[in-house]
Amino acid sequence: MQTNIMIVGVGGQGTLLASRILGNAVVRRGYDVKVSEVHGMSQRGGSVVTYVKYGDRIWSPVIDRGEADIVLAFELLEAYRALPWLRAGGKIIVNTQQINPMPVITGAAEYPRDIVGKLSAQADLTAVDALELARRAGSEKAVNVVLIGVMAKNTAIPYDEWLETLRDTVPARFLDVNLRAFALGYQL
Amino acid sequence: MKKLLLGNAAVAQGAYEAGVRLVSSYPGTPSTEITECMATYPAEEVFVEWAPNEKVAAEAVIGAAIAGGRAMSCCKHVGLNVMADPLFTDAYIGVGGGAVFCVADDPGMHSSQNEQDSRHYAKAAKIPMLEPSDSAECLAYTKAAFDLSERFDTPVLLRLSTRVSHSQSLVETGIRTEQPLKDYEKNVPKNVMMPAMAIGRHVFVEERTGRLAAYAEDCAFNTVERHAGGIGVIASGISYQYAKEALGDRVSYCKLGMVWPLPERLLRDFVASCETVYVIEELDPFLEEACLAMGLPVQGKRLFTPLGEYTPSMIRRVVLGEEPAPVRTPAETLPARPPVMCAGCPHRGTFYVLHKLGLVVSGDIGCYTLGAAAPLSAVDTTVCMGASVSAAHGMAKVRGREFAQKLVSVIGDSTFIHSGITGLIDIVYNKGINTVIILDNSITGMTGHQDNPTTGKTIRGEATRQVDLIGLCRSVGIDRIEVVDPFDTKRLEQVVRQETQCEEPSVIIAQRPCALLKKVRYTGHCRVSDRCRKCKVCIKLGCPAISLDAATGAVSIDPTQCNGCGLCVGVCPFGAIEKEED
Repeated sequence: MQTNIMIVGVGGQGTLLASRILGNAVVRRGYDVKVSEVHGMSQRGGSVVTYVKYGDRIWSPVIDRGEADIVLAFELLEAYRALPWLRAGGKIIVNTQQINPMPVITGAAEYPRDIVGKLSAQADLTAVDALELARRAGSEKAVNVVLIGVMAKNTAIPYDEWLETLRDTVPARFLDVNLRAFALGYQL
Repeated sequence: MKKLLLGNAAVAQGAYEAGVRLVSSYPGTPSTEITECMATYPAEEVFVEWAPNEKVAAEAVIGAAIAGGRAMSCCKHVGLNVMADPLFTDAYIGVGGGAVFCVADDPGMHSSQNEQDSRHYAKAAKIPMLEPSDSAECLAYTKAAFDLSERFDTPVLLRLSTRVSHSQSLVETGIRTEQPLKDYEKNVPKNVMMPAMAIGRHVFVEERTGRLAAYAEDCAFNTVERHAGGIGVIASGISYQYAKEALGDRVSYCKLGMVWPLPERLLRDFVASCETVYVIEELDPFLEEACLAMGLPVQGKRLFTPLGEYTPSMIRRVVLGEEPAPVRTPAETLPARPPVMCAGCPHRGTFYVLHKLGLVVSGDIGCYTLGAAAPLSAVDTTVCMGASVSAAHGMAKVRGREFAQKLVSVIGDSTFIHSGITGLIDIVYNKGINTVIILDNSITGMTGHQDNPTTGKTIRGEATRQVDLIGLCRSVGIDRIEVVDPFDTKRLEQVVRQETQCEEPSVIIAQRPCALLKKVRYTGHCRVSDRCRKCKVCIKLGCPAISLDAATGAVSIDPTQCNGCGLCVGVCPFGAIEKEED
């Protein structure tokens, strides 16, 4: 048994914390796990990709094309970019936020239209306005935890264990906001 | 219970458990977190510091080891170039307390200016190198490296790569074993490397390499794993993990945890026991060439590549001839998303002005390297830490005064201390007229906010004496020094014009803290009003919050991306951008 989850987004969106929450949640279940992170230059507003793999024995920390069970995307274009990594029968969860990359900002390229429509024609897609839910939870910065909440429902890990992981992983002063954000995502 | 630890954190834990007393490093992705993690252990047990550069860090470690304490320095691959000078001679001196030099390579260049393979250093400097492949091995190998160092009287290299450093996997941690300081004795033949003594030590080094090679044959980190079928794989580090993922139990493995010196007998026996042997290694054919030199019939780079990172599917295709299943792809070409300077980045104002003035910009290593990207497109050259200053000196000397007056160097505060100051001394000493802009954002930015000698704080956050950049530049002979806020683009433009035109060397300190620092609190958001004339000047800032609608020419500001820094408000020629408080 092995589960491969790919988290994609734009540097600064909090994908790193999301992958750490997920990693800590699966460790509690006694799985072998590897979490591959992104630090440094590529973090600065560029495309960022982190991988979480868990199961009986994990070797490579990286997910190959066609091997992701779940793509958790923090941004529309990045979800589209990750499509080749999704395995047959895999699921994409996407935050409907659009963040323009520099070639779009300067008018050198166009942001693809109707990504949600195009992705749902090719894959099992759940689209969610995580930014709105994060605002409702009390902070725009909680987008990552809203999305973890949406994804959590697609795993075998019970609700209470997710809450315990959040308590262990998230700094105390942000815990309340994040617990609300997680619940809003989970209840979708 | 097993803990999920980053490879870098596991190296730190291993060093801690090994009783390390001093860690001195300069930040460099992907190695930075090792030293940051070291600073989470008690100050009474381990002294941890950010040094001004890797050479200084390595020398501090060499001194600590001579003085009898275990010590470690961590750097990225290009940092090893900076510390190479002391390292090559430390190979002769050896150690008292164990000395470990940890180097993280960056295949795929996630955060680097080249893709060099640090294993060559082990061979060239004649010192042993260990290479872990996951976090548990990071911990175990680091501990073993200190023992190896003391047992063989040698510095030891520990080689990591991005995917080992920046992946978390499960680790069983232990407790620290205190290592008493070894006695310090003056020992001139061993510790004073001048020709008469070094001749003797070179004999020792060659003899030591022989003993290390014998040790490698039985080293527990070099293992053979046999499975049916005639295919064998020789691999180390992350490549071993990729190979295991790709090939499972369908091939036999010779996994090398010690990659220099190599266990010749082990390799010979392994190759002899297989029908076909592949060497799977990212970057250079280091192991492959060593095998070929032993006369072993192995295959490698001809089938793989010296470029970038490997993947399990690439290995499956080469070794088993299995093509990956087809994948779904987007029906259109997607716009790239290169890294950009953050909203509110102080460097944006500087590069906006330099681009506007059309100057030749000699660039350096840091977040501000991104000033090379469109639409700022301001940077002409980037080589290595410090080269912005010294390379500009060379440019000015060959092309003359007129060229020098259209040329500036840009260098961050931390990079200036690292190796920009020496270039500035060169300019003063050799009568240059260059203009150097120090981008002082009060932190080492790109590697994730480390303190440095100009911030007034140590790695543990303690207040310390702060290098006075103005005083420093003045003391080396710079008479013209201007401090400017890079968001005051009108004044900055005027100062840059004035300093580039003058016939003596000058320094401009563009001073504004990194927008991501906790102490920086921009509020509100900027908004485009109906006074906008669609002139697109604001688009030239390359701000991730400001977008142009290519069809209508309309400009808008995304409130989720804007942090209200207000740079665009000052740049708009029609006063059409307004700041709104929340």
